[in-house]
Amino acid sequence: MMRRTIASNMRAVVGVKQCIDYNIKVKVKDGKVVKDVKHSMNPFDEIAMEAAVQLKEKGIVKEIIAVTIGPKKAEADVLRPAMATGADKSVHVLCEADEADKLETLQVAKIFAKLHEELKGDIYFMGKQAIDDDQSHVPQMLTALLGCSQGTFLSDITVSDDKTSIEISREVDDGHETLKLKLPAVVSCDLRLNTPRFPTLPNIMKAKKKPVDTKKLADMGVDLASRIQVLEVSQPEERKGGGRVADVDELINKLKNEVKAI
Amino acid sequence: MQPLVRGLTRVGKRCFSCPALTSLNEDELALKEMVANFARAEIAPRVMAMDEAQKMDDEIIRKCFEQGLMGIETSAEYGGADLGFFGSIIAIEELAKVDPSVSVMVDVQNTLVNNAFFRYANKDMQAKYLPMLATDTLGSFCLSEAGSGSDAFALKTRAESMGGGKYVINGSKMWITNSGEAGLFLVMANVDPSKGYKGITCFVVSKDNPGLKVGKKENKLGIRSSSTCEVLLQDCEVHETDVVGEVGKGYKIAIELLNEGRVGIGSQMVGLAQGAFDVAVKYAYERKQFGVAIGTNQGMQHQIAQAATNIQAARLMVYNAARKKANNEDFIQDAAMAKLFASQVAGDVASKAVEWMGGVGFVKDYPAEKFYRDAKIGAIYEGTSNIQLTTIAKMIQAQYA
Repeated sequence: MMRRTIASNMRAVVGVKQCIDYNIKVKVKDGKVVKDVKHSMNPFDEIAMEAAVQLKEKGIVKEIIAVTIGPKKAEADVLRPAMATGADKSVHVLCEADEADKLETLQVAKIFAKLHEELKGDIYFMGKQAIDDDQSHVPQMLTALLGCSQGTFLSDITVSDDKTSIEISREVDDGHETLKLKLPAVVSCDLRLNTPRFPTLPNIMKAKKKPVDTKKLADMGVDLASRIQVLEVSQPEERKGGGRVADVDELINKLKNEVKAI
Repeated sequence: MQPLVRGLTRVGKRCFSCPALTSLNEDELALKEMVANFARAEIAPRVMAMDEAQKMDDEIIRKCFEQGLMGIETSAEYGGADLGFFGSIIAIEELAKVDPSVSVMVDVQNTLVNNAFFRYANKDMQAKYLPMLATDTLGSFCLSEAGSGSDAFALKTRAESMGGGKYVINGSKMWITNSGEAGLFLVMANVDPSKGYKGITCFVVSKDNPGLKVGKKENKLGIRSSSTCEVLLQDCEVHETDVVGEVGKGYKIAIELLNEGRVGIGSQMVGLAQGAFDVAVKYAYERKQFGVAIGTNQGMQHQIAQAATNIQAARLMVYNAARKKANNEDFIQDAAMAKLFASQVAGDVASKAVEWMGGVGFVKDYPAEKFYRDAKIGAIYEGTSNIQLTTIAKMIQAQYA
C-alpha cells in the first residue's frame, strides 16, 4: 500500500548577509573599518542555506528564496552562491554600500517583516549572528514583529508530516533544548546544524539563469530611522604577552587595578 | 553609460577597451572562489598523507567529480559545466596552490582526455564518453613509451588490422598519469609503421578490456599521489569504432592536445609557485630572529619581491596563452614559452621557499619541501624544457632567417 505524502508547497526564505570574508584580517583606518576588501556570505548564513537545501532535497520544502540587503555587488558575493547552493530564486533589496553599513538590526528585521507580506515564507532561516557585528538580533526581532514562533541556535530541525510545525533542538548553556514550533517560524542556525556543501560547478553556471527580484530599499516604505549612534570605531588592542603571578592576592590586585576587570 | 567596472567602460553591451590579463569574468571568479574553498577545506588536510602513501584518496577523486571539476569545458548536455578553456586553467591553478598532484589529475582529464573527445570524436563517441568522463570516470592519455618520450612518434605500440574493422594492439606505455585509477585510456598506436608517424592512431580502450593491464607504479620524487604507471597492452582487441578521429591522424591529435596541455601545466606550475610563496612568506613575517621578523631583512625583501615578480610574469604568460587558445588564435609559441618559464619559476620559487623557512622548510611537517619536490616535474613532462626551447627557437628562426 502506497503511503500518500502530502505534496509540499512549503517555502523557505533564507536571509544571507554579505560580510567581510572570514579569512581577511579586519583593519580600522581613520575611525572606519576598511571595507574595500573581499566580501562573502556570512558563514552562519551558509549553514542556514544548507539547512533549507537539505529539506528541499528531502522533498519537504518546495521552494527556497534567498534574500539579501546590499549594493549591486551583493548579487555576485552572496545571491549567486546562494542560488548555486540550491536557492530557486532571490530577492535583492538594493541600496548603496554605505546605506547597508548603517542599517541597524531593527531596520533589517523590519525589512524582512515587510517582505513577509509578499513572500509568505513558512520558515525563515537565518544564521545565528553575522560575523561582522556579532549582534544575534535579527531573527529574534523578526519573530517579535511577525508575532510568530521562534527557534534560535538550532542544532537540529525536523518538519512534521503534515508540515504545520517543526521540532527543533537548540543549544543552550546547559545542554540541548527541544521545542515544537507552529509554522510560520523564524529559526537561527548554529555551527553544529550541518556542514555547508560547496556549490558544484554546473550549479554555479545554472545559478546565472535563476531569477533575482530587485527592490529598491528606498521604495519599500520601511522606517529606517536610526536609533543608535556609533561613537567610536577602533582596532582592538594588540594582544600583549601574559605574565605569571605569585599568588591569588596578586592576581586579584592585577585584575582590579591593572586590567580593571573587577 | 554604466559605471566603471573593473577597468572596463561599457556603452550598451560592448567593451570599450581590452581588459587586463588578470581580469576574470563572473563565471571564472565564481569558479575560482569555489575551487579555492574546496581545496582549502577538503584537499589541504589530506595532502601530506596522500603524498606519503603515494596514493590519491578515492574520496578526493570522487569529490572532484562531484564538484564538476572533471568536465569543466564539457557541455551541459553531457553533464559538464560548459565553461571555456580558461575555466580549466583557473581550476588547475587554484588546485596546485594546495596540491599539484590533484591539480595534474584534473589537468589531464580536462586538457588532454576531454579535449580529445571535444575536438576529434564523432557525435556518437562524444555522447558515449563525455558524460562518464564528467561524472565518474577518470581518463588517461597513453603516448609515451620506454623508448619514446620526447621522440613521441617513434612509439612502437602496434595496432594490427585483422579485417572486419577489428584491431589488435600490442605494446607497453610508460609514465602514464592517472593510470592507477583511470577507467578509460586513450592509447596511441601505429596501424602501419611503414607510414612512419602517419600510421599513428588514437584508440579508446576501456579498463575492462582484457587486453589492457595497468602495470608497475613509479616511485617518484614528486607529485607522488598522482599515479604514474606502465600500461601494458597484450592482444588488446579494439574496433574501428573505437578510433578517435581518423586512422593515421593520431599524431595530429597528440601534437594539438599537447599544445593545449602545455598551458595547463604552465598553470599548475604558477599555482605551485604561488602556494609555496604564500606559505613561506607568511612564515617569514612571523619568524623573528635578532628581534626582527626575518622577512623584513633587505636580503629577504629583495628575494621575495623578485619571486613575486616572476610568479606574476609566469601567470600573465599562461593567461595570455590560454586566452589566445580560447579565441582560436595561434598560440603554439605562447604555450611553449609559458610552460618553459612557469616551470622555471616554480622550481626557483619552491627552492627559495624552503630556504626562507629554514629548518622548518626542510621537514615534512611543513608544506615547503613537497612543493620543492613537486616542482621538478614541470621541466620534464608534457614536453621537456629543452624541447620547449627548441620549439621556440625554430619558430623564431622561421620569422627571422
